[in-house]
Amino acid sequence: MSRSVRVFVPRETAAVSLGADEVAVALESAAQRNHGMAVELVRNGSRGLSWLEPLVEVETGGTRTAYGPVAPEDVDGLVAAGLFEGGTHALSLGPAEKIPYLATQQRWTFRRVGIDDPLSMDAYRAAGGFEGIGRAFELGPSAVLEHVIESGLRGRGGAGFPAGIKWRTVAAATADRKYIACNADEGDSGTFSDRILMEGDPYTLIEGMLIAGYTVGAHKGYIYLRSEYPLARRILGQAIANAREHGWLGTNVRDSGFDFDIELHLGAGSYVCGEETAMLESLEGKAGLIRYKPPLPALEGLFGKPTVVNNVVTLASVPDIVRLGGAAYAALGSGRSKGTLAFQLAGNVKRGGLVEIPFGATLRSLIEDWGGGTASGRPVRAVQVGGPLGAYLPDSLLDTPLDYEAFAAAGGMIGHGGIVVFDDTVDMAAQARFAMEFCSVESCGKCTPCRIGSVRGVEVIDRILGNQDRAANLELLDELCETMVQGSLCAMGGLTPYPVKSALKHFPGDFEPRSGGKR
Amino acid sequence: MSDEQALSEHVRHEIDRWKGRFPEDRQRSAVIGALHAVQHENNGYLTLEQMNAVADYLRLPPIQVYEVATFYSMFQTRPVGRNNVAICTNVSCMLRGAEEIVAHVERKLGIKVGESTADGRIYLKREEECLAACCGAPMMMVNHKYHENLTIAEVDKILDGLD
Repeated sequence: MSRSVRVFVPRETAAVSLGADEVAVALESAAQRNHGMAVELVRNGSRGLSWLEPLVEVETGGTRTAYGPVAPEDVDGLVAAGLFEGGTHALSLGPAEKIPYLATQQRWTFRRVGIDDPLSMDAYRAAGGFEGIGRAFELGPSAVLEHVIESGLRGRGGAGFPAGIKWRTVAAATADRKYIACNADEGDSGTFSDRILMEGDPYTLIEGMLIAGYTVGAHKGYIYLRSEYPLARRILGQAIANAREHGWLGTNVRDSGFDFDIELHLGAGSYVCGEETAMLESLEGKAGLIRYKPPLPALEGLFGKPTVVNNVVTLASVPDIVRLGGAAYAALGSGRSKGTLAFQLAGNVKRGGLVEIPFGATLRSLIEDWGGGTASGRPVRAVQVGGPLGAYLPDSLLDTPLDYEAFAAAGGMIGHGGIVVFDDTVDMAAQARFAMEFCSVESCGKCTPCRIGSVRGVEVIDRILGNQDRAANLELLDELCETMVQGSLCAMGGLTPYPVKSALKHFPGDFEPRSGGKR
Repeated sequence: MSDEQALSEHVRHEIDRWKGRFPEDRQRSAVIGALHAVQHENNGYLTLEQMNAVADYLRLPPIQVYEVATFYSMFQTRPVGRNNVAICTNVSCMLRGAEEIVAHVERKLGIKVGESTADGRIYLKREEECLAACCGAPMMMVNHKYHENLTIAEVDKILDGLD
């Protein structure tokens, strides 16, 4: 009888763009040449060790040996070195689970991502999948709600609002229809956790939405996916179809008496549609202009009906909260920041990727212990946390613990957990200008402080750098920032001043007049 | 000829599918999906006739369709090159040389970002939003396919390989 070996090659956007499909083809043909070798090729999700992609794993005797980054032209050499037996090669990384970057994480939401074929229903169920919704059906909606509240889970899209409180508001609302709207319009710079989750474990998101619907009394969910994620679209679309076929979506879900279905909707390129009310407008087929609040979407959301709007990672964290209990999740984390967050390391960093750990570690530890410092080897000068609207933190603030409140106290925000590292060659005035420019392009245009303020912001920064009436323009920039913070309708205009003001505060030297060229 | 005939059977079928995903009185929600379908069949841009036809088909005032077509960056309302090239210039890519790549491509093609080559081969789309491939920066998306860890030589190879 021939031996059967499982070989894993990620089918995930980053890995694929770096040649994973070609690697998979090369491995299959090598296996065919190797008579007697039954190789089962599994296209898994990404483990999130992005700098090692494409990361190939070979399962022999219960151990998964990792190799990476593997280029198509490496395959012959790897096979010659005994890849199918887990043999040693220059690209060997040892057992995948023991790679320190991964072994030191505490994965909750991403625990299944990268382990198996994301579309395999059997693999999902074998790893505890759909036990959360099963438990929910046993407990009943109000007990499920208690678990979500007790877990302390907060919105992972950026705002950090307690998910349980939002759900309670929707559950208590009376209406003929209610909705679950999943925000998958991930567009913050330096963030990719939603994408890795959707490509690597789509059933978790489906299950999270099912639980949300069951808890609040909604029968329809929409996933608002940005159109720039074609692979996530294919995988999610297939996952929804499979879930319907197996009775996890549709009428009378698994004989529970509960009806729920999910539709996948596509955006069309707009950063501001990640703002919840703009996203709802977009779902209604309109331009993504934000809405005034109140009314809260929890009371008048999609089509004017009570709507739970949650980010992908928030919803995907729910199945295990219900399966293991809210207290298990709340036992992780620090202070009022319960549980884990999947941080994303990018920019000038040696080992970029996804790191899911409980709240409370320091930013420095994340950048040094996981990130390995800067890719350039030069000192870290600034770190931007939380996307294009997040503050820049200098070295002196890198010991800030990663939790919502500690970050707010340091003048920053955790946001969606994106961390972009800059070395000492960064020009912080250029970064401040970029923040204003980004806002001027992506503003929905509804309110004046954001629409006009951002354009004026770019001009004022240019005048400061051009040494025109410096003192007056610095004062003007300060006032402008204050106006945007206080007067904007949503976080787009309201937070854009944070990168600007933090750059001014921590790196004032970069705003000195320039005599020809950059610093 | 009614405007509706400006839509192919395939596009009408696609629009119906989008409509089916929303409550009956909410066919407006299908506008974005409809425009994606129309644009896909029309070399990457939308004509006024097509937008009117979508409005007609969904029984909406045309302005509601124009609003959407002009708000979202994925929709083009004038002819563009047939290959859509979007170089990410957001923070992580900026840090790893995206601006040099943009400058090189502009020189190579003799156009600026936002323009198309005269032979209609390449549309160099302005990309503002992060494309979430930060660990493989700098990156670009060509006809919906991601290319990462770019070098000038690699960009040349990819662009030269486009029809």
